Amino acid sequence: MTIDFTKDWRNVALLAVLLAAAFFLPSWLRFLLQTALAGGLVALGVMIQMRAGLVSFGQGLYYCIGGYAVGLLAAKAGVAEATLVIAAAVISSVVIALILGPLLSRYREIFFAMLTLAVSMILYGLLVKAATLGSTDGFNVPPVTFFGFLPAQEARGDWTYVLTALLVVVACFLIARYLASGAGALLEAVAENELRLEYLGSSARQAVYIVYVIAAAVSGLGGALAAIATGHVDPEMANWTTSGGFVFVALLAGRGSAIAPVLGFFLLELVRTYALDIAPNAWQLILGAVMLAVILLLPDGLWSLVRRAPK
Amino acid sequence: MKYLGKMLAAAASAAVLVGGIATAEQEKKPLKIGIPVFLSGAAAGPFGLPERKAAELVIDALNAGKVPAPYTKIGVNGRKIAPTFVDEAADAPTEYRALVEREKVEVVVGYTSSGKCKAIAPLAEELKAFTVFIDCGTPQIFEEIVTKPKFLFRTGPTATPDNVGAARYLVDSGIDLSRVAGINQNYAWGQDSWRDFSTSLAALGVKSKIVDKQFPKIFAGEYGAEVSSLLTSTPTVVHTSFWGGDLEAFVLQSAPRGLFARTRVVMTTGEALFPRLAKDIPEGAIVGARGPFSIFAPDTELARWFAKAYEEKYGESPTYPAWKMAQALFGVKAAYEAAGVDATPEEAAAALVGLEFEAPAGIVKMAIGNGHQAIQSIAYGVYKLGADGKPTVEKVRTYKAECVNPPNGMTSAKWIAAGFPGAKCK
Repeated sequence: MTIDFTKDWRNVALLAVLLAAAFFLPSWLRFLLQTALAGGLVALGVMIQMRAGLVSFGQGLYYCIGGYAVGLLAAKAGVAEATLVIAAAVISSVVIALILGPLLSRYREIFFAMLTLAVSMILYGLLVKAATLGSTDGFNVPPVTFFGFLPAQEARGDWTYVLTALLVVVACFLIARYLASGAGALLEAVAENELRLEYLGSSARQAVYIVYVIAAAVSGLGGALAAIATGHVDPEMANWTTSGGFVFVALLAGRGSAIAPVLGFFLLELVRTYALDIAPNAWQLILGAVMLAVILLLPDGLWSLVRRAPK
Repeated sequence: MKYLGKMLAAAASAAVLVGGIATAEQEKKPLKIGIPVFLSGAAAGPFGLPERKAAELVIDALNAGKVPAPYTKIGVNGRKIAPTFVDEAADAPTEYRALVEREKVEVVVGYTSSGKCKAIAPLAEELKAFTVFIDCGTPQIFEEIVTKPKFLFRTGPTATPDNVGAARYLVDSGIDLSRVAGINQNYAWGQDSWRDFSTSLAALGVKSKIVDKQFPKIFAGEYGAEVSSLLTSTPTVVHTSFWGGDLEAFVLQSAPRGLFARTRVVMTTGEALFPRLAKDIPEGAIVGARGPFSIFAPDTELARWFAKAYEEKYGESPTYPAWKMAQALFGVKAAYEAAGVDATPEEAAAALVGLEFEAPAGIVKMAIGNGHQAIQSIAYGVYKLGADGKPTVEKVRTYKAECVNPPNGMTSAKWIAAGFPGAKCK
């Protein structure tokens, strides 16, 4: 199934409008949106790899690297400048991805899934053993400053929301441009027929390497924004259950737009919080039923509803 | 016109009447309490369930006015308590905000995991929400994370007394401490417990050789290799802070291999085994209950009522997490009632600072963390299966709260390293 991403920037513009309007939501709901946006970026990283037929079961690795980069700088090194810590989070994710990429880009299907999972679990294991970093308890991240300015406690939520919304829109826009580009179009060819792609003179490994690094960058950004939003990081970010959640959101939301995983993550969180409220003992059951229904009724994810509508 | 005037007058009097009813209703407005405990995952069985059961028991009894003195007043200040349970296993900061801002609860009473407590602690102060942690062992909450608390409290003692108390018990009982070993889960709780225990022994002037340190993964469930290592390193004492299913598995796997027969094993959370494994715990094991809970509880009317009511309602005796939940709820009630009949959450929080209140486990003193952190005594004893098949302890030693907790303003780690300055043990 070929999807034209050249017009996806319109969806991103729509996302920008929605996020601007969401500024006025009640603060608990806006906070839920803010954390969902951060997580949604990681799901977006999973989604673009899925376009190449690759399922990353270890995207939590970069989520965790991004979060810990912010945490270590702000809490342990005393650098709490938002621009610096976020840049550091993205750069450290990219550097790790550049190192791991040559190995991982050789593998496909279940082997790729298991290898990504394994690498992520190595980080999880290391962090759990690191007593100085609080082991499983993790540690708290102090509030970030904006060009040296530290907003008052009451206004911090507003500032970090605006920061998150801006960066998420920019990231979605860049991903949409990437998917619309030649390099992005190659992903589908990798999934469809790798041999033919090679005969046409393109390198499948290179296409996979590129998407892997780009996915790492957005996931690292997601981790950084999550750490800033919740003010706490722990090794659970790298655990396979967290990564599995991102895969699920990517499947649930669909692969039709760069904004689908971001919105999908928010919808899922909304279902989760109300399920928790209605059935504190059986909320997973409600969540599972919703997921099952989406998979059975909308095999191409929630986004297929949006794509179907204009026709 | 006249008619309209009458109408207006009637409407006005009706409004007064309705208003009057509304204020009367308002006086009895229920006290909404949010209760986050583990309702799913590995911590639900050993912690979340007893906590939830205890909360339901205490809240029902308070609403019905059936609790003995000093808590005979109905509900809290005559207001019925309306609990909202939420699963601690879900994303804690999001659900905490939903409780405070969407459900508009006045008080949040809960949290067992140290990781969750760490994430919630600054949030409670930011949202200015009266919050009482029931458990979560880490002493960092008021030592590092929230150093000037206003709205945040913890009515359960930290994990420090568990291990300081265990070390003191071993020394005072004259147990051979020449070769010490430890088996603790490789995560924050296990690492901290072992550090506190081994540094406490050193601070007490014991010259022991650490012969073995085992840190298996949490929820490993299979300890064959670790038990072999503990057996071959021939320690005289083995320390463990295992809990829940891991502790059960460890006892069931190591007892038949003779670990308990060869060495003294001290289990800081051993009491939690009693309801299920009473017949499998080897006699002679040294057990604690993370405070004066359960079998170590004082013989007061409130303690007897709680243990009996819990057993009657659920058919099992309450383990320490249940006691800690009850303790937190009584702390909230005591704070509201100390603050006055129409106390707001802010006033109640201010009244809880430095308060001493009675709980089923005796008097709780909000003495450290600038009056926001409770201290309590700790007790250890030697396990013995009673003639009636009921688990008991003998050779119990109880250490006063001031003996096993650091003084206000000092961190646990520094206090232990400095050799317990200011400890009052007599």
